[in-house]
Amino acid sequence: MTAKPLIQARDLRVSFQLPAQGALPWARPRLLHAVGGVDFTLMPGETLGIVGESGSGKSTLARALIGLVPATGQAIWQDGTDLIGLSARRMLKYRSQIQMVFQDPLASLNPRMTVGQIIAEPLTTHHKGLGRDEVKVRVKDMMDRVGLLPNQINRYPHEFSGGQCQRIGIARALIVQPKLVICDEPVSALDVSIQAQVINLLDELQRDLGLALIFIAHDLSVVKHISDRVLVMYLGRVMELAESQALYAEPRHPYTQALLSAVPIPDPQLERDKRMIPLRGELPSPMSPPSGCVFRTRCPRAEALCASERPALGSGAHLTACHFPGALRPEELAIKA
Amino acid sequence: MALLEIRDLNVRFATTDGEVSAVNGIDLDVERGQTLGIVGESGSGKSQLAFAVMGLLARNGRAAGSVRFDGAEILNATPKVLNRIRARRIAMVFQDPMTSLNSYMRVSDQMAEVLMLHKGMGKREAVAEAARMLDAVKIPDARGRIRLYPHEFSGGMRQRVMIAMALLCRPELLIADEPTTALDVTVQAQIMELLADLRREFGMAMILITHDLGVVAGACERVMVMYGGRVMERAPVGPVFADPAHPYTQGLLAAIPRLDQQGEQLAAIPGSPPNMTNPPPGCPFAPRCAYVMPVCETMPPFDPFAPGRERACHAGLATVRAGHAPQPDLPEPAAADLDEMPASVLQEARP
Repeated sequence: MTAKPLIQARDLRVSFQLPAQGALPWARPRLLHAVGGVDFTLMPGETLGIVGESGSGKSTLARALIGLVPATGQAIWQDGTDLIGLSARRMLKYRSQIQMVFQDPLASLNPRMTVGQIIAEPLTTHHKGLGRDEVKVRVKDMMDRVGLLPNQINRYPHEFSGGQCQRIGIARALIVQPKLVICDEPVSALDVSIQAQVINLLDELQRDLGLALIFIAHDLSVVKHISDRVLVMYLGRVMELAESQALYAEPRHPYTQALLSAVPIPDPQLERDKRMIPLRGELPSPMSPPSGCVFRTRCPRAEALCASERPALGSGAHLTACHFPGALRPEELAIKA
Repeated sequence: MALLEIRDLNVRFATTDGEVSAVNGIDLDVERGQTLGIVGESGSGKSQLAFAVMGLLARNGRAAGSVRFDGAEILNATPKVLNRIRARRIAMVFQDPMTSLNSYMRVSDQMAEVLMLHKGMGKREAVAEAARMLDAVKIPDARGRIRLYPHEFSGGMRQRVMIAMALLCRPELLIADEPTTALDVTVQAQIMELLADLRREFGMAMILITHDLGVVAGACERVMVMYGGRVMERAPVGPVFADPAHPYTQGLLAAIPRLDQQGEQLAAIPGSPPNMTNPPPGCPFAPRCAYVMPVCETMPPFDPFAPGRERACHAGLATVRAGHAPQPDLPEPAAADLDEMPASVLQEARP
């Protein structure tokens, strides 16, 4: 049986208008293209990891899906509705199916609300008919589920540690039984030992509840651990999209290869002997991205073609937006001095 | 004599919730030219240790014990004494370059200030020297960009400016407090490589404070693992990773997802770090430790069980070592696992 995709994004774009530079009244406002034409599908119960450096547009992409930032293009939900450009009222129905967990655990919780109120809020918003007792039962169940003590229901967020706050955020997302949870850097603010707890919790909840996850992180090791498929973004565009196993074992895009080679390995022998692919220069400004392939200014394989023509992502299981994809070449490596 | 000798350092803060003991009885030696990694999670006291050395503690903080730099006592020294050492002989690089650079001053001015103050250079000479240093940290077009303000640089470039500024007086010791935590991995790799190059060039000792074990593995010769304001384990870098002798070090290593391994479940350390206003009576790690015993109510003494290695744990070394396979479903990095990585990316056989 081929399941229907949960969400199918086609040519998703997000641009922000920035005020014009200079004081002249006729200066035109400038456009910043945060996400430039992204396609992907997400199956029910699947985890899609999105990786990229800061400024790559990975958070903006996720926010576009739930209408937190205006976008163009299409994002077709399972039932055939296009989520992009939906009015707030019509979007409400889908908001209960798509929930979000944010990066900063404490900042994303209202300090004046008790934990019980915070977790109950989505429930009372989306299911107005529920009685107070029923809400309380569900909140306590959910707290228990994510590893919080149900008797902490009347406490305030500041009384909890970072890891526990993230559990509150997860409970709040899951209480309305969503089909998709978008996790935007959910563990990057947490300590290593706590990070593992939260990752394991997400893993377990996903298995038990059949959730689909979009997991955004800059930590490639974390994404590798949790994702079925991984999407690599650079400057608002998809560079590579493949099964996690394939992407980490045989990255085909030079950017993915450079990114992977830069991750430090906690093993002195391996870390000192590993070879790195140096990336030249810096991330270009998203105000004026390079023509053709956006990565070409820093790419070791760039040729004239890369400047004139934008490489297509192609089709198949392992997608690579590169004119010269393929395994790493020996001359691209720099031995770590 | 070691370049930096810390003996029984204690740092306490008076807060409205009571006294917080951030650092408890730490001993530490850094030899000339050596790199020491201090690993710990938030609240482990690793940064406060550095602040105490530099005389930068917050106003409610008190440090006690002894910190000798090149033989001279500098703990709680007067600003006059400290200012002859800070920047000139010990420099510090902070985590967040945006908040540690003065955003109202041009980079040229803030860098020149250091040289004018400490080396008595004239403005013109100082700016020229600053530009040379920016060049050394590989900022492209250093002469042109030195006139810019900090916000006109990217995060990675700002951190380079910080490093250049710290190195202006060619210090003998650089304390880098999470220098790459706010940066992307590719930039982090560049900065770590830069630090290694500069260290070789200037023969500088370094204390690298970080929570990232991967960074430590690449950059340090010796490692000190801290938890709850105390030292848990101290060893050369190889053994810490290959044969962790403290349950906390073991737990930390098992808890990180790794690129070079495939695992089902991460071995998380249960519980959360101690509340430092009300720390556990003995070993701070005891409440989360798998090997906990009644005797852990008292702080274990240091056991120098091998040359250059020390551990503070009541559990027997053999017991802890036997338990080291805390991830039965996460095999050791055998050859088979490494095959999954792009071989070329990962390693080149050692000569």
